[in-house]
Amino acid sequence: MSPGKRLPAAQLIGPALFIALWAGASAAGQLDPAAIPAPWTVLRTGVHLWTDGTLPNDILTSLRRAASGFAIGLTAGIVLALAAGLSRVGEALIDGTVQLNRAIPTLGLIPLFILWLGIGETFKVAIIAIVVYIPIYLNTHAALSGIDSRFVELAEVQGLSKLQFVRQIVVPGALPGFFVGLRLGVTGSWLGLVVLEQINATSGLGYMMFQAQNYGQSDVILVGLVVYGVFGLASDSAVRLIERRVLSWRRTLSN
Amino acid sequence: MATHAEQLTLARPAVQLRGLTRSFDGRTVLDALDLDIPAGQFVALLGHSGSGKSTLLRAVAGLDHEVEGSGQLTAPERVSVVFQDSRLLPWRRVLDNVLLGLEGKEAAAKGREALAEVGLKGRERAWPSELSGGEAQRAALARSLVREPELLLADEPFGALDALTRIKMHALLRELWRRHQPSVLLVTHDVDEAVVLADRVLVLEAGRIGVDLVVDHGRPREEYRGVLLEALGVTSDVR
Repeated sequence: MSPGKRLPAAQLIGPALFIALWAGASAAGQLDPAAIPAPWTVLRTGVHLWTDGTLPNDILTSLRRAASGFAIGLTAGIVLALAAGLSRVGEALIDGTVQLNRAIPTLGLIPLFILWLGIGETFKVAIIAIVVYIPIYLNTHAALSGIDSRFVELAEVQGLSKLQFVRQIVVPGALPGFFVGLRLGVTGSWLGLVVLEQINATSGLGYMMFQAQNYGQSDVILVGLVVYGVFGLASDSAVRLIERRVLSWRRTLSN
Repeated sequence: MATHAEQLTLARPAVQLRGLTRSFDGRTVLDALDLDIPAGQFVALLGHSGSGKSTLLRAVAGLDHEVEGSGQLTAPERVSVVFQDSRLLPWRRVLDNVLLGLEGKEAAAKGREALAEVGLKGRERAWPSELSGGEAQRAALARSLVREPELLLADEPFGALDALTRIKMHALLRELWRRHQPSVLLVTHDVDEAVVLADRVLVLEAGRIGVDLVVDHGRPREEYRGVLLEALGVTSDVR
């Protein structure tokens, strides 16, 4: 019943075929270069933007925003999940509030945050932090409160203290859930970044693409998309690598 | 829940229950039950499902805080429990599972020793998911042994194992008991298992000890088997 042996470099075959088709159609003159420039045009534009210094500058600005927002969201997500997951008072105070926050689409908060925090970096970082903390909180909290009651019984039989119970059973048991939230959070930070930079920014990748739209430079837009894609892929792979290390006990289950 | 005996005497039983009553939603499961288990005795507890076997074991283990009940219960200081599932933490290696709740170098040495004793020498660094059902249950036995229990409580510990593995585990448990001499309370629904392993077999009936049988391992098992099956309501024409 199994589909058979996995092909070598299976994940690259689809994208490679796609680029080949794109290049072929461009070379044959089947694509309007103003709408869909050829792959080599995009590459040339990318190199040009890099060497004249605008691209590295925009990338750095975007990365700084994403990283600050992500760091704050990550910390808030973990701290709130622990507080809500380990104490009833914490749960009563935090969980309902976060659920309410989750029901409001975060990007809908942008106008209010601009009024409160101005149009500078602070509001961008704040929005990204909110986009990140919600999935991390939700998944970690669910994992913390979903600890198998049989393990609670075991801890009691083995005479574990409350602290030992939390450190040796609750936290490691909740790590898989935390990593699900972490991956969603990483994806969310890029999503938030793109939206923020395209509406209210004077630098960054999104700004670069927005300007390119005004001047009809589709090759620059494509360069921006490629960079976003590379960042998304790299950060997701990094999280997955850490996950595989930390959850090495699971590897034996999944293969 | 456990109240300790006020005076120690030489003949003090390891476990003493007086008028132990437990009920769930008004349904009485244990009804003023009395039971003494002398130190070092291997006791098997039989009964239909729902007869309260596990309730009794959990009461002795002190795991029934939320259950309504009354009565007096005396149990030793060091009690270990083996569950039907091995209940190993999947994120700790086998040795670390055995050492759960213990600390220090000395404990680690004892843990290795216990693993060797149950035939898992060399598997200290394995993950629980890499063990077979029988091996996992051996590791669980090692985890309970390492604390040098005066009383070992076992709740159908071999119920989930295949027949061949179960036979091997019977021999192992009996051997470990001979070597360490804890009192054992083994809950099982398997009459043969009870007769093979225990020195004394109890049948729980209507919330009390209905049959209390001392097993002489020199005599043919069939004798005990018949009595116990009848006590459990399995008559000869059904058998």
